[in-house]
Amino acid sequence: MAKFFAITIIVIAILSAIPILRHTWVAPEDISTHGALIDEQMSETMAEAGISFLAAQFILAIFIWKFSNRPSDAKIKSFPGGAKGLVIAALLVVGIEVMALGVFGVKAWADVYLTAPSANAMPIQVQAGQFAFYFRYPGPDGKFGTLHPELINEGSQNFFGLDPEHDTDARDDIVAASMVIPLNKEVHLLMHAKDVGHSFYVRELRVQQDFVPGLDVSLHFTATKVGKYEIVCTQLCGLGHYNMKAYLEVMSQQDFDSWLKQQASQ
Amino acid sequence: MSVHTAQHHAPPTSFIRKHVFSLDHKVIGKQYYALALVAAFVGMFLSWLMRIHLAWTNAAIPGLQLLSSNGAPGGVITPEYYLQLMTMHGTIMVFFVLTTAPFAAFGNYFLPIQVGAEDMPFPHFNMMSFWVTFVAFLVLMSSFFVGDGPTLGGWTQYAPLNAIGSVGGPGQGAGVVLWAISIALFCVGQLLGALNFITTTLDLRVKGMSLMRLPLSAWAWFITSCMGLTAFAVLMPACILVILDHVAGTSFFVASNLVINDQMLPHSGGSTLLWQHLFWFFGHPEVYIAIVPGIGIVSHILITNMRRQMLSQRVLIYSMAALAVLSYMVYGHHMFVSGMNPFSSLAFSFPTLVITIPSTIVVLIWTFSLYGSKLRINSASLFALGFISMFVSGGVSGFFLAQPSIDIMLHATYFVVGHFHLVMGVAAMFGIFGGTYFWFPKMAGRMMNETLGKLHFWLSFVGAYCIFMPFHYLGMAGNVRRYSTFVDDFLQPLIPVHRFITIAALITGAAQLIFLYNLIHSHFWGAPAPDNPWAATSLEWSTATPPPFDNFGGKHPVVYHDPYQYGVQSSVGDYVMQTSPEQVATEHEEK
Amino acid sequence: MRTKKILLTLFTLLVCSSLMFAGTVSGKVTYTGTPAKQKAIDMAKEPSCAKQHATPVLVETVVTGPNNALENVVVYVSSGAPDDGQVPAQAVTFEQKGCQYLPHVLVMHVNQELKVVNSDQTSHNIHPLAKVNREWNKSQPPGTPPIVDKYDKPEFISVKCNVHPWMHGQFAVLSTNHYDVSKGGGGFKLPNLPPGKYTITAWHEDYGTQTADVTITGNETKDVNFTFKAKAY
Repeated sequence: MAKFFAITIIVIAILSAIPILRHTWVAPEDISTHGALIDEQMSETMAEAGISFLAAQFILAIFIWKFSNRPSDAKIKSFPGGAKGLVIAALLVVGIEVMALGVFGVKAWADVYLTAPSANAMPIQVQAGQFAFYFRYPGPDGKFGTLHPELINEGSQNFFGLDPEHDTDARDDIVAASMVIPLNKEVHLLMHAKDVGHSFYVRELRVQQDFVPGLDVSLHFTATKVGKYEIVCTQLCGLGHYNMKAYLEVMSQQDFDSWLKQQASQ
Repeated sequence: MSVHTAQHHAPPTSFIRKHVFSLDHKVIGKQYYALALVAAFVGMFLSWLMRIHLAWTNAAIPGLQLLSSNGAPGGVITPEYYLQLMTMHGTIMVFFVLTTAPFAAFGNYFLPIQVGAEDMPFPHFNMMSFWVTFVAFLVLMSSFFVGDGPTLGGWTQYAPLNAIGSVGGPGQGAGVVLWAISIALFCVGQLLGALNFITTTLDLRVKGMSLMRLPLSAWAWFITSCMGLTAFAVLMPACILVILDHVAGTSFFVASNLVINDQMLPHSGGSTLLWQHLFWFFGHPEVYIAIVPGIGIVSHILITNMRRQMLSQRVLIYSMAALAVLSYMVYGHHMFVSGMNPFSSLAFSFPTLVITIPSTIVVLIWTFSLYGSKLRINSASLFALGFISMFVSGGVSGFFLAQPSIDIMLHATYFVVGHFHLVMGVAAMFGIFGGTYFWFPKMAGRMMNETLGKLHFWLSFVGAYCIFMPFHYLGMAGNVRRYSTFVDDFLQPLIPVHRFITIAALITGAAQLIFLYNLIHSHFWGAPAPDNPWAATSLEWSTATPPPFDNFGGKHPVVYHDPYQYGVQSSVGDYVMQTSPEQVATEHEEK
Repeated sequence: MRTKKILLTLFTLLVCSSLMFAGTVSGKVTYTGTPAKQKAIDMAKEPSCAKQHATPVLVETVVTGPNNALENVVVYVSSGAPDDGQVPAQAVTFEQKGCQYLPHVLVMHVNQELKVVNSDQTSHNIHPLAKVNREWNKSQPPGTPPIVDKYDKPEFISVKCNVHPWMHGQFAVLSTNHYDVSKGGGGFKLPNLPPGKYTITAWHEDYGTQTADVTITGNETKDVNFTFKAKAY
C-alpha cells in the first residue's frame, strides 16, 4: 500500500500541475497600463510555488516508497545534515525567495495604490449599493452636483440623491448604469458605498478595491483596449451579491464623446 | 520543578455525573468529540446543498421545501438561503469542528494524561467550558428556526451588513444577533478551556516530566491555548459590540448617511473597518488554532509509526511557537484591498511571507525524518502522511495570497477558498481523523476496523484533491466567491468545472459515512484493544485502556525518558516508554 | 294577508329600486404644469431582461397620456359605500416580466389573495415596503411556484425588487371594491354605486392624494375630475 500511496501522490501532483502548465484557466488579457508587473509577479510566484509544490510532494512520495516495509532489523538512519541543515536551507532558500517576491512586488502594488492620479485624469464617480453599480459623470459643466443621501429615490432613478431642483451643478450630471470610458485616457474612479460593503473588480483591468461605507476611496487606471468587460462585486453585500455587476465599455475617444453627448441630451 | 495536583474529586456515581455533567476531563473530551462529530455532518450536509445549487443552476432539490418553504420554494434554493447555508457551513466548521475536535476534544482527553496528571486544575471550569460550547451550538442552530433564518453574511460577518439589522436582508436581524451570542458563548467556553490547558501544562507535570519531555501533541495544545486566550478574548467583545448595534442603538460599525430601501439608516459615526481589524486579529490566530493541534498530533502519530524521533524535536516546538507569534502580525493580509491604508497592506505582507519559513521548516523536518525511518502504514499514519501532502498543497497557495499585488487578482475568488479548504477543511480534518484512528483504542478500549479506515483514507485523500485543487484554477480565472449562482458572462465556461467538483464532493462526503459507521460499530463491537497497541512511548500508553477515573490508578507516574525513545534496543522492543525506568542506549536524550 | 302582500311588494320594490338605482362616478385625471422627464431604464446588468425590450422602458413613477392625462392614479370610494368589506374570491396577480412589474400599480381588497409570479429567467426578490402591514421580502427563482400572500389592513405599499434596483411598483390595499386605475386617456369609472353620499379619493404615488365628495341619487353618472400639480423634478 505504501508504494501505491507514493505513486498516487506523484500522479496527483503531476495532474495538478498540468492545467497550470497548459494555461487552461488563467486571468484574461491585460488591458491596463499597470498590469504587466502584476502578471509578472504571478508568473514568478507560480514558478517558485510550483517547484516547491512538486519537489515537496515528490520527496514525500519517494521517502514513503523507500522507507516503508523495511525489515525489522533495518537500521534507523538520519538525513545528512540533520535538522540544522534543513533549518538553514529553509531560512536561506525560502527566506530569500519570499523576501525577493515581497520586495519585487512592492512596485506592482505601489503603481496602483501608492501613486496619485495624474492631474488630467477623467473623474468618474461610482456608487455601489444593493445590488447595482451606478456611474456619474460631471456633465458639460465639469462639476459634480452635491450628493444628498436623504433624497435617494430608486424608483425615479435618483440613485445618487441629486437635487437638480436647487443645485444647478447637478442638473447636467450624467448618471449611467454602465461605465463607459475612452481608450488610453486615465480615469480617476471616485468610489463610495450607499449602504453596505461592496467591491469593484475588473479582471482585465487588473484592479480590485473594496467600497467602504463611510469612506471615500478611489482608484485610477488607464484602459488600453476597446471592448466590453464585466465589473463584478466581490464583497458579500446581501442576497443579490451574485447578480451585482455592470459592464465596462472602453471606446475610442470619438465614440466616447458621442456617447457622452447622447447621454447629456437625455 | 514542583508538582501540583489537580483538585481531587471523588469518582462519580450517578449517571448524570458520569456521563452528562462530568468533571472528568476524559468525559469532557469525548463530549467535545461527539459535538464536533454532529457539527461536522451538519456542516457537510450544508456543503452538499451548496455544491448542488452551484453546479446545476436553479435546479429543484426534491423535498428541500420541507426543510424550508421560504428558503427553497419548489425545492429551488433562493439566493438568500444559499448564503445562509454558506454562512452556517463556515461558522459550524471553523468553530464547532476545527477548533473543537483537535483542541478541545483530543486536548481535553489527552493533555492531562500526557503530563501525568489526574485531571485538569479547574474541573468545574472545564465542565462549564463544554456545556457553554454546547449551548453556543444550540443557539447557532436555533437561527434556522427563527424569523427569516440564519444570518447570510458569511462566517466573517463583515460590517455594516452585520450591524444594520433586518433592512440589510433576510437573516440580518435576529439571525445576526443569535450568531453573535453563539460565538460570544463559544469564546467563553474556549477561554475557560485555555485556562485549564495552560495551567495543566505548566503546573501539573509529574516528576521527571520537564517541558522538553512533553510530547509534541502536548506542546501543540499548550501553544494553541496561549493563542486561544488572546484571540478569543478579542472576538468576544467584538460580538458584544455587534449585539449592541442591534439592540442598544449604538453605531460601532455603521457609518453615517447610509441609505437602504430608500430610507436613511439612523446610525452615525461608526467604522466599517473596525470590525475587520477586530475580527481578523482573532481570525488569523484562529486558523493557526485550527492547525497547530493537528501539527502536534501528526508529529505524534508519525514518530510512533516511523519508529524514530524527529530530526529535531526542539525545532518543531520552536516552529510551532513561531507560527503562533507570527500569526498575530499577519492578519491584515485578509484586508489588502479593504480600503485600509495601502502602506499597511505592504507592512502586513512581509510577516505573511515570513510565516512560510516556520511552516516550511515543519514540513522539511517531517519529510526528512521519514528518511531512514521504518515507516508503518496504517490508517493513522496514512492520514498523518496525507496531512503533510495537504499542508504543502494548501501552503504553497499562500505564497500567492501573501503578496498584495497578486491579491488584487485573487482576493475574494475561489483561489482563497481552495487555499483555506486545503489547509483547514482537509489538512486539519486529516489531523482529526489521524488522531481518531490513533487514539480510539485508548479512548474506547476497542480497535477500529483497519480495512474501513484505509478505504476511508483513500476516498478522502483522492476525493479532497479532486474537490479542492480545481478551486485554484477557478480562482485564477477570476471566479468570484460567495456567489449563489453564476450569472456573469465570464463565469459560464467555468460551470462544468463546478459540476466535476460537486460530484467529487458528494462522493467524498459519502465516504465519511464509512468513518461514521466504523466509529459507531467499533465502539460497541470492535476487537478489544490492548493498553499499547502501537508500541508507543508517551504516558497515555502506559496506563490502562481505557484509563481509569484518575488516569493512573492512584499512582503518580514518574518520567524517566524523552517522549519519543524509538530506534533503541530495550526489553520490550525498539522503544522505551517514558515511564519505564529501564536505561537504554539512546541517540539523544532530553533532560 | 293583504297587508302582508302589500308590505312584501313594497319591500321588494324598495330593494329592487335600490338595485335598479345604481349610479356611476366617472371622470378624468389630468395634471397641470410640466412633469419631470421619465428617464429610460438601463437594464444592462440583467441581459436576459434587457433583450426583452426593443427600446429601453421608461420609469413609471409618472405616466402621462395625451391631453395632460395622468395614468396609474388609483381612484376609489373612500367612504360611503355600503358594501365595503366583501373580499373577492379571486386572486390578483403581480407579474415580474422583463424586469418590470406588471401592472405598475396593483389594487387589491384587504385580505384578497395576492399572487406574485416570476416570468423571467432571473431570480427576483419581491419586497413590498409595508409600514402598516407586515413587511416581508421573498426571493423567487425562475420556475418556482407563485408567491401567495395577503394584506389585512388598508395601505399604499411601495414595492421594490431587492435584486434589480430600477424595479418599482405599488400595491394599493383598499377596504372597498369600488376602485379603478386611470389608464390611457386618464379616464376612470366607478359603477354600481347605490344612491348615497360618497367621498372619492384619487391617489398618485408621487403627486399625492385628492378627494372629492359626490352624491348619487339614482341612475345618473356623476362627472368627477381630478387635477394634480406636476413636479418639475
